[in-house]
Amino acid sequence: MSQVWVPWRENPERFRLVGLKAVAWGPLLIVYGLFKRFPSVLFFGGGVALCLIIWLHAELFAFVETNLLLDSSVNIHAERSFFGGQLSMAEMKTGAATHIGPAWEWLAYALYPVGHEFVRDLLAMGGLLIIISLIPLFTIWWERKVSAHIQSRMGPMRVGGWHGWTQTLADAVKLVAKEDFIPKDGDRPLFRLAPYLTFVPSILAFMALPFGSYWVFRNTDVGLILILAMLGVEVVGVILAGWSSNNKWSVYGAMREACQMVSYEIPMGMALLLPVMVAGSLNLNTVGQQQSGGWFTWFCFQNPFMFAAALAYYIASLASCKRAPFDLAESESELVAGFHTEYSGFRWSMFFFAEYCAMFVVAGLAVILFFGAWYSPLSEAWLSAHLSGTWKMPEGMGKTFVMGILASGPLWFILKCALLIYIQLWIRWTLPRIRIDQVLYACVQVLLPMMMILLLGNTVWLLLVAEGSVAEAITNYILGGVGALIVLSFAAVAVRGHLQRRQLVGYLAVDPLPGS
Amino acid sequence: MSRLLVSRLVVLVLLAWLPAAALAQGSPAQEPVTRALTITAEQNWQEDVFFYIFAAATVASALGVVLSGSVVRMAVCLFATFGAVAMLFFLLQAYFLGTAQLIVYVGGILVLIVFGIMLTSSSPWLKFEVKRGELIASGLVCAGLCAGLCFVFLRTSWNGTPQTEHFEVSALGENLLQGYLVPFEVASVLLLVVMIGAAFLARQDQD
Repeated sequence: MSQVWVPWRENPERFRLVGLKAVAWGPLLIVYGLFKRFPSVLFFGGGVALCLIIWLHAELFAFVETNLLLDSSVNIHAERSFFGGQLSMAEMKTGAATHIGPAWEWLAYALYPVGHEFVRDLLAMGGLLIIISLIPLFTIWWERKVSAHIQSRMGPMRVGGWHGWTQTLADAVKLVAKEDFIPKDGDRPLFRLAPYLTFVPSILAFMALPFGSYWVFRNTDVGLILILAMLGVEVVGVILAGWSSNNKWSVYGAMREACQMVSYEIPMGMALLLPVMVAGSLNLNTVGQQQSGGWFTWFCFQNPFMFAAALAYYIASLASCKRAPFDLAESESELVAGFHTEYSGFRWSMFFFAEYCAMFVVAGLAVILFFGAWYSPLSEAWLSAHLSGTWKMPEGMGKTFVMGILASGPLWFILKCALLIYIQLWIRWTLPRIRIDQVLYACVQVLLPMMMILLLGNTVWLLLVAEGSVAEAITNYILGGVGALIVLSFAAVAVRGHLQRRQLVGYLAVDPLPGS
Repeated sequence: MSRLLVSRLVVLVLLAWLPAAALAQGSPAQEPVTRALTITAEQNWQEDVFFYIFAAATVASALGVVLSGSVVRMAVCLFATFGAVAMLFFLLQAYFLGTAQLIVYVGGILVLIVFGIMLTSSSPWLKFEVKRGELIASGLVCAGLCAGLCFVFLRTSWNGTPQTEHFEVSALGENLLQGYLVPFEVASVLLLVVMIGAAFLARQDQD
């Protein structure tokens, strides 16, 4: 069925727009209709808008730095106090008057806050908080749709218009309005503390996760292990949540979960060491920028050990995020809900925000370290030269915009993360859950020896195979070809599924009794 | 192999490690590698404010560990202590050390402590009954320790302006593998022995 029966009247009578009113209000109505019908437009539009705001902000600052500077002797990077700006108001006004025009002094008022690092930090924090709120909003809805379509049903359809895209928002409002009760004999302060201990590290990990080339809140030389440290602190929150609920099933779930998270941090960390070896730095921007040369420079195609390490890291990160098939902590059929059984309302939603933000962070790490960071499969250098040479595009905002769409940029990063998150959702609703002893077996007796072999192999490869040798190039192209085949097979499977979406499960149905 | 034998081997290795580490720490084989991009930071009031906040947090949570009524609350206060110390490291621009503190202490040692507490404690609210003799003995030891620490603090000449040199993580790696290689290897052998010993001692009895 493609139509959902609605018992209410479908649409009110549309009012007519003619003439000048159509010109004025028409575009707005079109945009509104677009947002109403396509939640992806909202999500990606929000992302694009955010990127545009931040980019505009950076361009304005560059403008301030280069155009409004009085003379080159003023050191714009000198030490300044916490709340101070880089140029004083008088300098900005005179600079605007001399360099742009006498009537443009008012521009100094608009640009003065941009010179303060404090203001820039606040803007960046605001942007991060918006991203952190949008990611679970979209991902939870998407998970419900993906699980529904895998199970031959439709998922949320009513709330909001097109395929129930505001379902998560409605759920959030409902959860906030729920009664907040704490178990009688539980540890009250710890019960209230635990969701924050789980949620805050997930947010803090975004502090060091770059969305584009130097699009990061704090560019530290140890960005990678900062994120790993944040993911390690989450374990404490899970344990406390289970303990303070005064519920033995919660304690079991928390213990299993903490054990699993801590165990899988080892192969995860070892798998992250391989790209660090190839790149030579823990700085995520450096690691990302070394993959700017197109599909074949992506780290997962550099040598077979990196290829395997990408897969191993992905599996270990699934376990670290407590996603299926490792989701014993929230195993809905076994322990009621594991460590968050006694949580309801807003506290429960904190755990889920934490989980989905952590999913994005680990997917982001995989993208940066293995799958080309924020670069497209096209080579950035080639595209830049091509745009300047063949298409004769002048250097400036137009070319930056095109390069941002085609070659590199936060959009590519978010799209790649979305693909990896989609695979996580897909795996969750396809594979059965495995037992705790099987989980630990997989970690200690399968992944850990595999990671040691990969680590050793990568080290030996980097020592023996010279840069630019024939063996390296052959391996590169073979692995790149394999990767391209895998991605194309994803696309082929998706297309086939879409073409056959209205057929019943039919020939896949199994007879319930053998021999009947 | 009996457990007694293994435990004795572990103790032997532990004892052998001490003189080896002591000998090795004395002199690095070559000049330590320091690559510095000097950021001369004057002491401004913002750093002082943050220092006092984090130091107060450390002391308060350490007091919380000692004075807490419940074992799990002690563990949470310990978590706060470790976190505040990591913040102090970040304030000193020792970013690698701060993150290592978070990974090792919070993500590893604290989780282990909490496991141990939760799986072995008979009740969440513990009541210590301290005998008079224990009180006197521990009081004397603490007073002696406090006096010794105060003596050392008052006699040290604290440097007025701290020199902050931004140091690259690769310098740390090179030092560990070139200059300070022997202590590094000895420490890793020690960890290996301890791990094997612990796994062996904690295994189930096989009939």
